[in-house]
Amino acid sequence: MTEQNKKFDTDPKTTGHSWDGIEEFDNPMPRWWLITLYICIVWGIGYTIAYPAWPMVTRATAGLTGWSTRADFAAETAAQQAANAPFNNRLETTDLAAIPHDPQLGPYAVSAGAAVFKTWCAQCHGSGAAGAVGYPNLLDDDWLWGGSLEDIHTTVSYGIRNDDSADARYSEMPAFGRDELLDEHQIEAVVNYVMSLSGSPQDATMVDEGATIYADNCTACHTENAGGDRSLGAPNLGDAIWLYGGDYDTLIETVTNARFGVMPNWNGRLSEAEIRAVTAYVHQLGGGE
Amino acid sequence: MSILDKHKILETNATLLLLCSFIVVSIGGLVQITPLFYLENTIEKVEGMRPYTPLELAGREVYLREGCYVCHSQMIRPMRDEEERYGHYSLAAESMYDHPFQWGSKRTGPDLARVGGRYSDEWHVDHLRNPQAVVPESVMPKYGFLERKRLEPEYIGDIMATNAIVGVPYTDEMIEQAQRDFRAQADPDSDYDGLVERYGDGVNVRNFDGQPGISEADALIAYLQMLGTLVDFSTFIPDASR
Repeated sequence: MTEQNKKFDTDPKTTGHSWDGIEEFDNPMPRWWLITLYICIVWGIGYTIAYPAWPMVTRATAGLTGWSTRADFAAETAAQQAANAPFNNRLETTDLAAIPHDPQLGPYAVSAGAAVFKTWCAQCHGSGAAGAVGYPNLLDDDWLWGGSLEDIHTTVSYGIRNDDSADARYSEMPAFGRDELLDEHQIEAVVNYVMSLSGSPQDATMVDEGATIYADNCTACHTENAGGDRSLGAPNLGDAIWLYGGDYDTLIETVTNARFGVMPNWNGRLSEAEIRAVTAYVHQLGGGE
Repeated sequence: MSILDKHKILETNATLLLLCSFIVVSIGGLVQITPLFYLENTIEKVEGMRPYTPLELAGREVYLREGCYVCHSQMIRPMRDEEERYGHYSLAAESMYDHPFQWGSKRTGPDLARVGGRYSDEWHVDHLRNPQAVVPESVMPKYGFLERKRLEPEYIGDIMATNAIVGVPYTDEMIEQAQRDFRAQADPDSDYDGLVERYGDGVNVRNFDGQPGISEADALIAYLQMLGTLVDFSTFIPDASR
C-alpha cells in the first residue's frame, strides 16, 4: 500500500491489478444501483414478451398485449368517426340547400368545413379565402362556375380541367396569339375594348375596332354584354374583377396564350360529408348564392 | 478468478480488445438489422408500386440536390391528425425504390409523401417561383431558377443503372430507352406509348412547367405530382400486427 491509502480507516481491497505501480480498488457498486439494474433487466424481458419484439422465422413475435401502432390508429379513427357519424350521416343525406338553415347542421358544417378548407384549400385560395393571382377569391360574389351550393359542391367534388376526374368542369379558351387566330394588332385592339368595359382603355382609338373583333371572336363564351357564361366558366369581363390581372400587359398575355387554371377533384381524397361541409363553409363566406 | 484471468488477456492486448469489441457491437447491430431482410412483413405487398420514370428520377435528384428533405419529410405516421392532414399513412413499400429514402426527421414545411395531384402543375410553378405569392405565411425560399435551368438526360440511364444495382427493378429496356422516355413524359404531343407501356397507365405526361423545353422544374414537378399516388389503396389490407 502506498502512503496515500493510509488515510482510509480500513485498507480497501484492490483487484490485485498493478500497472506501473498503479493499483485498482475493488469497490462494489452500491446495492441500490445493482437492484435497479436487475429490476431493469427483468422489466426489459417482460417488455419484450408483452410487446412485439423477437424476430422469428417469418415475422416477429406479436406480444401478449396484442398492441400495434396500426390497431391503435384504427381504433382512434373509428372512435372519432363514430362520434361524428350522427352529424356526418345527416350531412350526407340532407338536401344541400337545407344545410345552412338547419340550426344544428349549419354551424357544424361551417366549422367542419373551415377545418377542411384550411387543410386542403388554403394553399391556393389563401387561408382567408381571398385567393391569389390565378386562384379565385371566394369571398366575393363573382363566380366562374357558379356560387350556389349545388355549383360549389360540383366544383369541389370534380374539380376543374384536371386529368383525374371525367366529370371535371372543362373549358378551354383559345390561345388567340400563339395559335395565330388573331394578329398582334387585333389582340391590342380587343384588349383595349375589354379594358374600356370596366375602366379606361390604354388607347381609346382602338376601342371601336376591338369591339368588332370581340363580337366576332369572344361573344360565344363571354357573351355580347361581356357578362360571361358560368356554364363555360367564362368570366365576366365588365366587373373589374380579374383573376390574372386587368392591366394592359397581363390582358395581352391572357389573350395571346390563354389561361388554363386547374383545380384537383376532391372526391377521391375527401369524404362526401367533408365535401359538403367545405361547400357550406365557402358558401357562407360572403358570395354564396 | 479463472474467467477474470482470461479477461486479462483481452485487457492486455489492445488489438484483440478492439476486435472483440467490434464483434460484440456487430452482434447488437445484426440482431436488429438482419431480421428486416428476411421477415415477410417488413415490406408489405401492395399493388401499383413501380420504379420512378427517368423524368421523375431526375426530379428526385433535384429534390436531393436542393436539400428539400431538410424541411420536408415524406413519412405520414399512423396518427389521426396526420391522416386528416396528409392522407393515408405511409407504407414501407412506398419508399422501397428510394435510395436513400426521404422520410426525413424535420417538418419546417409540410410532409410531401402524398403531395401528388394535390395541387395543379401551375400552382407548383407559381409556388416554386415565389412561395409567398400563393402561401403568404410560407418561409420557403424561392426556386424560380429551376425553370430556367435546362435539363439534359445525358446521364439518366447511368443513374437508373446504379439504382438497378441496389435492387430497383429497372429492366435493360427501361435503361436503354431512358433518354427517350425522359423527353416523352414532358411533351404531351410526343409518342409516349413506350413510356406508358414500361411504367403503367398512371404516368403523368404533361408539360409540367408550361414552358417549351425540359427544365429542372419540369422534372421536380413530375416527381412531386407522382408522390404517394402509386399504391392502389382499394386493394390494400393493412396487416394489423405491424
